[in-house]
Amino acid sequence: MLAEPTPFLAQLTEGDPAWTLSAGAAGRGDPRPSRSRRFGAPPPKRSSKVDLTTLRIVINFRRSTAVLLGLLATTALTGPAQADEEPAPEPPRVELVLDVSGSMRAADIDGRTRISVAQQAFNEVVDALPEETQLGIRVLGATYRGKDKKVGCQDTQQIVPVGPVDRSAAKAAVATLRPTGFTPVGLALRSAAQDLGTGATTRRIVLITDGEDTCAPPDPCEVARELAAQGTSLVVDTLGLAPDEKVRRQLLCIASATGGTYTAAQSAEELTDRIKQLVERAADTHTRAPTVVGGTSACDSAPLLAPGVYADREAFSEHRYYRVPIRPGQELRASVSMALDRAVNRDYGVLLRATAADGRELVRGADAGSGRADVLSAGLRWSATADDEDAAETEQSSAPVIEPTTVCLVVSNSFAPRPGTAATPGMPVELTIDVVAAAPAPDGPDLGRGWVLLGLLTIAGLITGLLAGLLTRWWVATWREN
Amino acid sequence: MRIALFRSMAALLAAGVAALLPAAAVAAPTPSPGATPVNRAGTSFLTATPITAGQPVRVDASIGDHLYWSFPATAGQVHEINATVTFPKGRSGASTWTVDVFDGLRRRQACTAGAQTPTVDAKASNVVLGCTLREVRSWAEPWSADPLPGTYVVRLSVIELPEPDLGAPIDVDLLVGTIADRGASADDGELAAPLVPNTKAGTVLNAVPPVDAEADDESGSLADWLPDLGSRWVWTGIGGVLAAVAGVFGFAVTRRPRRP
Repeated sequence: MLAEPTPFLAQLTEGDPAWTLSAGAAGRGDPRPSRSRRFGAPPPKRSSKVDLTTLRIVINFRRSTAVLLGLLATTALTGPAQADEEPAPEPPRVELVLDVSGSMRAADIDGRTRISVAQQAFNEVVDALPEETQLGIRVLGATYRGKDKKVGCQDTQQIVPVGPVDRSAAKAAVATLRPTGFTPVGLALRSAAQDLGTGATTRRIVLITDGEDTCAPPDPCEVARELAAQGTSLVVDTLGLAPDEKVRRQLLCIASATGGTYTAAQSAEELTDRIKQLVERAADTHTRAPTVVGGTSACDSAPLLAPGVYADREAFSEHRYYRVPIRPGQELRASVSMALDRAVNRDYGVLLRATAADGRELVRGADAGSGRADVLSAGLRWSATADDEDAAETEQSSAPVIEPTTVCLVVSNSFAPRPGTAATPGMPVELTIDVVAAAPAPDGPDLGRGWVLLGLLTIAGLITGLLAGLLTRWWVATWREN
Repeated sequence: MRIALFRSMAALLAAGVAALLPAAAVAAPTPSPGATPVNRAGTSFLTATPITAGQPVRVDASIGDHLYWSFPATAGQVHEINATVTFPKGRSGASTWTVDVFDGLRRRQACTAGAQTPTVDAKASNVVLGCTLREVRSWAEPWSADPLPGTYVVRLSVIELPEPDLGAPIDVDLLVGTIADRGASADDGELAAPLVPNTKAGTVLNAVPPVDAEADDESGSLADWLPDLGSRWVWTGIGGVLAAVAGVFGFAVTRRPRRP
């Protein structure tokens, strides 16, 4: 039972007793996240502005003793605390998709051809590739020299498979590329998504092109939206080489449909830096993708959600329902973000409401905006009030099990499509649910604080002392005379 | 005797000052000496790059990127965000930039001062943005939108511009500074858990999980009972002591001088 006393003692000497305490509590199967563990980098400050070292030592000593006793009790009861086991994350996966169509022959970037600039950038990116990143390279329009559009528009190959990169082989493959054929961007994107496979983390495609798609249908932007809606979290970052207006429109559309970025590269250096940055970003922001969930149109049939992040799609003017079980003494925290992945009318809004099972509204969070944006977010907090807690307690007396309250979350939006904007699939919704301990209202301030209070008390004491003294003196004098 | 009384009172006051004076340093944010500069930015709420107050950010980006950073805040702090965006010449028209701040629940935060959404014309070479946030409260009702301790997210983006200008390279400098800190115990009440977003992938439940009534833990220890320095208990306690000392002093003053 006390098989591992050393870590606890070590933590105690580090002087943050609160942490060890909460770790012990978490080990007993408490689903509520402990305070220090959840709070990013710096632990919450508690009265650290005191210079009275001695006082601090005394307090720390007392706390440590208490914590040590508490810990011994905890470990004796339940055994050593278990840390949350996060599944080992997959390596970040990126695929570069390079346009090698005939137009890449144009020599208009610093006097060099577009393809040579791209080749140089790829070499530098491969050299600077982070160790754990798995990189693949796909080309389009690289082989077919003929005029038949039907054949030319099937022309896309993966020249470096997604996986740990063999640097010299990758560079050799890039060096042989010669600008040749058509520009089947849509097909290349679809194939790139297949190359990256499905998995639990976000995948990134970096699309580098200089010309608009010459093979639509499929329209590349629709392909991007369809890929993004397929469940796998996929981001397409686009880079235009000396882009004209049509290319820019197309790349912007692809980027916004998948939550990616768009860059117009005007020089070799810009192109290299940007690709490097995007590949690095893929490694940095490599997180587990949200769980895909399908909200329903009524509360009864809504999916029941545990704390975490979820992804869904919501059409224009649609309402989506989700349910969250909340125990008495717990607080619900929910936030929702809707992404503007297509052209919408200028003004828009998003509304997140928490309702009771009978449809009564508990609390709402809303935000509105206008103009260019990537997402629009709203959030809310809710915890059971005293009335609800009383109800729960009566239930408790009748039955041994507390029935959690089920709160319905309703996500609605006031986005409006522009003429010609596709309505399906719906717009991406990201829903974050958290359930933590409720923070009850603080008691009324029975006590005081501040310099005025100290002054007042001192003056009151002084006056009382003076009066008492004078009174005693007068009384003693009178008593003596009599 | 009287002198001794004076002395002890003075000593007590001095101790009180040392213990209770809140460190309220008000100054414009400057990078902390020795802070590691950050040269990256996230592109969504989930991938926001974590920074801390006083840590300078310098990142290359493209016009039109939505850049995200997150920083932690504790009760009593007031933060100020300053950003400068430098862009290339030869843009085709005026552009409007914005710095938005959200709390851990992605609720929009108000700026009390600063140029949050400045507009610059086509000839400008840079734009300066600023936002001073409200003071972080230690507790607020669940229905309120007061700023609470936890993670805050900064988003920098361009909201209006001619479309041809999108994609051009820019340099972004950003600094989040703590301009005031009244300490965690400046207000009453405490949030059970800071507003730190849960970023784990969720799980869809099949049924409402049953909860046994014994699930509540009792983590009451001496550490929880000791009041924070600077709390009302300490202030009032010291006030009581001062009042008693002053009372004794006042009584002593009125005593008939002892006859030789």
